[in-house]
Amino acid sequence: MITRREALFGAAIGAAGAAALPAFSATVTKADIRGLPRGKIKLVAPPFVHPHDQVAKGGPKVVEFTMTIEEKPVVIDADGTTLNAMTYNGSIPGPLMVVHQDDYVELTLINPDTNSLAHNIDFHAATGALGGGVLTLINPGEQVTLRFKATRTGTFVYHCAPGGAMIPWHVVSGMSGAIMVLPRDGLRNDKGEPVKYDKIFYIGETDFYIPRDEKGNFKSYESAGDGYDDIVKVMRGLIPTHVVFNGKVGSLTGDNAMKAKVGETVLIVHSQANRDTRPHLIGGHGDYVWEQGKFANPPSKDLETWFIRGGSAGSALYTFLQPGIYAYVNHNLIEAVELGATAHFMVEGEWDDDLMTQVEAPKPIVTN
Amino acid sequence: MSPFTLKVLPVALAAAAVPVGLSQQAVFGDTQRHPIAMTVTLPPGSITYPTPGEFLKEGRPQGNPRLERQLDRPLEIMAYQVGAADYADCVSAGGCQPAQETRAIPSNAPVTGVSYLDANAYARWYSQVTGDQWRLPSDEEWAFAAAERFAGEFEGVENDASNPARRWLTSYKAEVDLNRKPDPLPKSRGSFGFNSLGLADFSGNVWEWTSTCYVRTTLAADGSGVASSVDNCGVHVLEGLHRAYMSNFVSDGKSGGCAVGTPPDNLGFRLVRDHSGWASRILGWLGIV
Repeated sequence: MITRREALFGAAIGAAGAAALPAFSATVTKADIRGLPRGKIKLVAPPFVHPHDQVAKGGPKVVEFTMTIEEKPVVIDADGTTLNAMTYNGSIPGPLMVVHQDDYVELTLINPDTNSLAHNIDFHAATGALGGGVLTLINPGEQVTLRFKATRTGTFVYHCAPGGAMIPWHVVSGMSGAIMVLPRDGLRNDKGEPVKYDKIFYIGETDFYIPRDEKGNFKSYESAGDGYDDIVKVMRGLIPTHVVFNGKVGSLTGDNAMKAKVGETVLIVHSQANRDTRPHLIGGHGDYVWEQGKFANPPSKDLETWFIRGGSAGSALYTFLQPGIYAYVNHNLIEAVELGATAHFMVEGEWDDDLMTQVEAPKPIVTN
Repeated sequence: MSPFTLKVLPVALAAAAVPVGLSQQAVFGDTQRHPIAMTVTLPPGSITYPTPGEFLKEGRPQGNPRLERQLDRPLEIMAYQVGAADYADCVSAGGCQPAQETRAIPSNAPVTGVSYLDANAYARWYSQVTGDQWRLPSDEEWAFAAAERFAGEFEGVENDASNPARRWLTSYKAEVDLNRKPDPLPKSRGSFGFNSLGLADFSGNVWEWTSTCYVRTTLAADGSGVASSVDNCGVHVLEGLHRAYMSNFVSDGKSGGCAVGTPPDNLGFRLVRDHSGWASRILGWLGIV
């Protein structure tokens, strides 16, 4: 059990590291930044993404975000298995943040005193201070505001990184998300021509390591700290008990299946903060895929499956050509079917016989 | 009270909860000491219901034909699903493989985590120890006994020759519209109540194996009947809140399903007793013969 006291102790170590850094409050650019227009974004829970322009209007801005960290039990499968989750803004993954290149991301991170642990945030999109992790470590009852310049375009992971063994534990307890830094003039295909999406979905894949009792049933714990020792043992085996999209087996199926229409172009942003994955849209493709997620590189075309390295976010652009139910999976099919990494798209529209037709329905084998 | 119940030793069954007039209580057989499950005997009758399997006509999927089925003999069927404790007896006796169920479930829960093969092994063992003929119900027997609890297939509402996806989408939505949350943990037997025939727990959170094979049938284009059909008895029909088809060796509904669709929560079964000598047995209990 990690007590409030130990949590604070962990925070003190982090703070000692930060003390060695120069004070950032008095940089020369401060006055310039003060003159920039500001915008405030209200984040929404995945798979949805807050409204945003694909092509930036006007020059760089300061874009303000607020995220509140919530520690809470979360049910992660149909059997009622419970994870003592740690979340950015209450969701696993945390919300997708969207800005444009050269915008300043200004995040206020809140750790309410109802939480028991110290937390922070490491932006892979940011430069310096362990991605901002050193400057954002906060105890329960504290808040902090970090500003960083979005210098590079692409989709990038953010995650909690409060030091040492706390890092992987917080991440596999749910503390990851992604930010998308769009080029100011929007996305471009391999020929440099502009491409747009009609819809965007954010899928955050997470691997969970839930300890089992002697009978093989998943255990639950009163608090995150109570489960820590057991969970670390499972983590060290490197074999997850659950691999899920958006925090739970079946979180993007049935009533929550993602919806699109034939002819619509969808951008699917897929992050995995800890472990490699390989998204595949069954019956569809990736028309343009930024497998590594970085828009300065031309997208790959016509992919069947794409590879998302652990600790990165990629994105795939696809125009649906055929109606039906599509499964979007991690194409390690054991992880998709047995461990949970399956989502569904419901796509309405007209069937294209030219693309596919059942020439002859199943019937008994013809014998001569 | 029915006169039958007075001669009964209701072992490990929630006898008091059953509408007594319709039930025949647990008894010890003449030659052995294993408790016999509580059963209900349904008089002959008929049902009109969607027959299981997949149906094609002119190469297109069809709604499952609703056919009238006549059951011309009484059907004696277990009032409850086979219990976990009953199944454990079969395992102890070496007649059954252990159920794939490790969760903490109530002691009076139905057995779950059992495959079609397990269900048949239990029927064989149970027939031996009771001296009676027990077997899985056919799909139509199950539907007859489930009465108003019978649900059948999720059918695509639309059948558009030019757009097969309409059927997939409407079928998917029909399942979604049920708005049913998973209810994974087996409950004590009787928890899902009784149907109008006095039978417990139909279409709760335990789906039941039947003896009916999956079949694909091509209907004659002129509507004159069946043009051809192919059975696949490696897959059997399960009934419950909706119909399901699973491979015989699958004991966990969640991993036996397809890429899309709502899987059964749990797999279990109940048995029917074949009726040879049944009437004389009753007369025997009553002391008439």
